Amino acid sequence: MTAMTTRRDAVIRAGRDGFGQLLHSEWTKFRTVRGWVIGMLLAGLLIIAVNFIPGGQCGGMQSNGQISPGGPGCAITIGPTGQAVTDSFYFVHQPMTANGIITVRATSMTGSYSSGGAPGQKATSALQPWSKAGIIIKMSARPGSAYAAMMVTGSHGVRMQWDYTRDAAGLAGAVSATAPRWLRLTRSGDIITGYDSADGAYWTKVGTATLPGLPAIIQAGVFAASPASSHLISRSATGSSSSGRSTQATAAFDHASLQGTPPGSRWSGTSLGGGHNAADQAQGGEYRQSGGALIVTGSGDIAPDLPGGDGGTAGSVADALVGTFAGLIAVLVVGTMFITAEFRRGLIRVTLTASPQRIRVLAAKAIVTGGVTFAVGLPAAYIALLTGERKQHAGGISTYPVPALTEVRMIVGTAALLGVAAVLALGIGAVLRRGAPAVAAVIAVIVLPYFFAGPLAVLPAGAAEWLLRVTPAAGFAIQQGYPRYPQLDAGYTPANGYFPLAPWAGFAVLALWAALALALAGYVLHRRDA
Amino acid sequence: MTQATPARRAQLAKTARARRTSMRDALHAEWTKARTLPGTGWLLLAAVTLTVIVSSAVAATVSCPSGHCAEDPAKISLTGIYLGQAVIAIVAVLAASSEYSTGMIRVTLAAMPRRATVLAAKAAILTGSVLAAGALAVLGSVLAGRLILPGRGIGPAHGYPALSLADGPVLRAAAGSVLYLALIALLSLGVATAVRDGATAIGIVLGLLYLFPVLGQVVGSATWHRHLEELAPMTAGLAIQATTGLHSLPISPWAGIGVLAGWAAAALLAGGILLRLRDA
Repeated sequence: MTAMTTRRDAVIRAGRDGFGQLLHSEWTKFRTVRGWVIGMLLAGLLIIAVNFIPGGQCGGMQSNGQISPGGPGCAITIGPTGQAVTDSFYFVHQPMTANGIITVRATSMTGSYSSGGAPGQKATSALQPWSKAGIIIKMSARPGSAYAAMMVTGSHGVRMQWDYTRDAAGLAGAVSATAPRWLRLTRSGDIITGYDSADGAYWTKVGTATLPGLPAIIQAGVFAASPASSHLISRSATGSSSSGRSTQATAAFDHASLQGTPPGSRWSGTSLGGGHNAADQAQGGEYRQSGGALIVTGSGDIAPDLPGGDGGTAGSVADALVGTFAGLIAVLVVGTMFITAEFRRGLIRVTLTASPQRIRVLAAKAIVTGGVTFAVGLPAAYIALLTGERKQHAGGISTYPVPALTEVRMIVGTAALLGVAAVLALGIGAVLRRGAPAVAAVIAVIVLPYFFAGPLAVLPAGAAEWLLRVTPAAGFAIQQGYPRYPQLDAGYTPANGYFPLAPWAGFAVLALWAALALALAGYVLHRRDA
Repeated sequence: MTQATPARRAQLAKTARARRTSMRDALHAEWTKARTLPGTGWLLLAAVTLTVIVSSAVAATVSCPSGHCAEDPAKISLTGIYLGQAVIAIVAVLAASSEYSTGMIRVTLAAMPRRATVLAAKAAILTGSVLAAGALAVLGSVLAGRLILPGRGIGPAHGYPALSLADGPVLRAAAGSVLYLALIALLSLGVATAVRDGATAIGIVLGLLYLFPVLGQVVGSATWHRHLEELAPMTAGLAIQATTGLHSLPISPWAGIGVLAGWAAAALLAGGILLRLRDA
């Protein structure tokens, strides 16, 4: 009994030592091949170096023809939660002191598209799907201030929206004289509650917004906004260009009642212009009163401001990480060669004689190559993010802010993406055993789907999104800086940094592929002679 | 003034004959190597198949219901080249690197000490086989486009001419794509001869091809963006596929293929010089 235990312990101990030794020997192989060390350093440099290509500039033209970076035209508006927002609309408002209630009945909404300057396009009368008009309670008339609003929309029914990112659906269907929509907002301290009703008698709660730090005197009133419509005009091997057409919406309200306003208050109209996107800027706006009705016309949007589809006056954080593609190719070459070189030199026979448990050899190789790549990728991604943001600021370009945690996820995720990709390369290399076909195969499964879905832009959006869901290229989703909002039509394309899968879901797809490749490699290595 | 002895004369004649025939011998040797390597034929077949499949798939997914799209029918039906070129690059890289990985290069150079001749023969055989495979791939793709595109709203019914090689620009796009593949093969051969390792060479070649357009997406400066498109081997070389909207191209079709030819020549030159200077 005792003897048996001792023997088993010895075997276990030997096994444990064995794996440590295995890791050590694989690490020794890795660090003593000069080409691989150079390759990994090159990967790190490439990730950063891309940020030294001159970038775009934003600024005002000086009298001598030079562009002076920065200026109000390049600024972005920051909302209450710290993110970039568009806050441009026509606001007809009165001050509201302390608590109060605002109620209106919306009876019609019409809209128009401008000619947009593109040849062959005429101004047309149609409603942009996300045109908005309704009632709003706003901290102040300053762009970017906190708000809560009840609104009728072009084709998304009644909504309650607050603080730019939040959205709740109310009554469905379009507004008309025969199907009017009653909207109500009540303020009680920091809490604003929205209700809607089809008849003004039976009210349904749509949502509750908490706007911390709301002052005693705030602005309440009626608004109209209509975002620009982006229109794809051409696609080519290197991208697509789109032109925005500004739109306008006009809505009619009656039965307006305001409680909590100081006596003698009158309506006053303000055109807000917050947000950098020129196409979304409020193109004027007006209001008039006829009989008991209040008719408001406005354009612009009250929504998050996201990269994509604009004139490039503000940049995405993720742009700083585009060098990952260059670094990735170097990583894939080294990862593949870490095993194919053993087959080429015959070293694999020595390796497998020294440690006959082939799966463990593969595991040790995967840990070493993945770990080294992660360790190189982490500082490289961090420096790339710093240099990228500095480049944008030097060019006068504002960067759309992201929360600190998102930034950490992008940096760690980029390093993890590179590490897992290196393991995938190792797996494919172990199956194919020859360097050139293996490197080509691994580049084809990671980089090419992204290339076909993004820059090449020949695939329809549906097919492109599927490529980025099921291939290892889904892993680039980890570099997404900004979420998608269903209530905002923006250029949600890979070229603008949006992927069909959530960051970690996309990364999981890549990890699954790496695991599959490694499993297949283990099986093949086990079955075949080396 | 020394008199040449008959023996010396015979030897001189033999040397001259040897010099005359050496290129033919080199070609023959390279052809035998290419023909008998099991991978070459399969890879060329894969290049043709993948090109035609991707071209057909893209043609089948393009949609133009209104019949007024900015789509270029020839370019769409030749999209497969974007993937096919990667396989062609493998063939070309292996032509050089497999000799190094097996040590065969030492035998080759012992038998044919004139290294430029060896490289030229390799390039000639490679160009020939890639031209043949490329022609098949392009013909298959154009045929697929001709059959599929009318059903997707891009055809005679919608005011587009039927895709035909008798049409000048379409012929240029088709023949240019074959030429493009051959130049990609030569570029890859040059790189592989220079770096001697297959994995590294294919990484460099595919990086050169696919990275520029990806980087171009975030280059904010319009001037630099255009320079990148003019200089990148793929974006410049594939300008040859355009049959519509030529004025909006970053570089004209033939100038673009010229840029790629420049890349290929530079890579072959670098490979040739290194082959001459280095021990094998």
